[in-house]
Amino acid sequence: MHISVQTTDFDVSDELKRLHANNSAIGAVVSFVGLVRDLGDQHKLISMELEHYPGMTEKSLQAIAEEAKQRWSLIDCLIIHRVGRLQAMDQIVLVAAASAHRGDAFAACEFMMDYLKTEAPFWKKETSPSGAHWVDARASDDSALAKWKK
Amino acid sequence: MKIQLKFFASVREQLGVSTELAEFDQDITAFAVREQLMQRGEVWATALSHQKVLRMALNQQMIQQDQGLQDGDELAFFPPVTGG
Repeated sequence: MHISVQTTDFDVSDELKRLHANNSAIGAVVSFVGLVRDLGDQHKLISMELEHYPGMTEKSLQAIAEEAKQRWSLIDCLIIHRVGRLQAMDQIVLVAAASAHRGDAFAACEFMMDYLKTEAPFWKKETSPSGAHWVDARASDDSALAKWKK
Repeated sequence: MKIQLKFFASVREQLGVSTELAEFDQDITAFAVREQLMQRGEVWATALSHQKVLRMALNQQMIQQDQGLQDGDELAFFPPVTGG
């Protein structure tokens, strides 16, 4: 299990190779990459600042990964999240799950991402020519989480 | 007793404070700490207003407001998270 909160970028290919290296029992790896989206013509994104709660962030990502391992038959998993100043199209987050068969990996990857969105203490602040503002939490993220609580 | 307060994101910016060691009565709840901080003045009353959806974490775990606190605890206030 690999958890990392970092300012530096990551190479998806390298990270996924490392996840399944030396383990011939892994038959499926599912990954998700989150990117900094531009805001459109009206509000061109100049930069995005990602703040977090050092200590709690790592603990909560660890707890999310542990929970995924309890719910599904995972062989390994990975969460990397960047903090600090990012630009449009930069990579923000990589979540990946490795299992014997694809079903567990698909479900666990979506679960970890849905949990991260509502439980892990990160906050985005966007700067555009019209100024800087904190991104509001989305109700759709709460409903995405709710489906795992059935 | 002493509580280590922490503030993040928009709450931190509004207050102009990221961390503070504060003194409170024994057996206080997270809710009561919030109420007492709101009495410090306009800026605090606005930043911690009950009109706003705020999350709290005790010793780096999300909690409900009625949670009791102990000496040396770390209590954090922040808006709903927006990572990912």
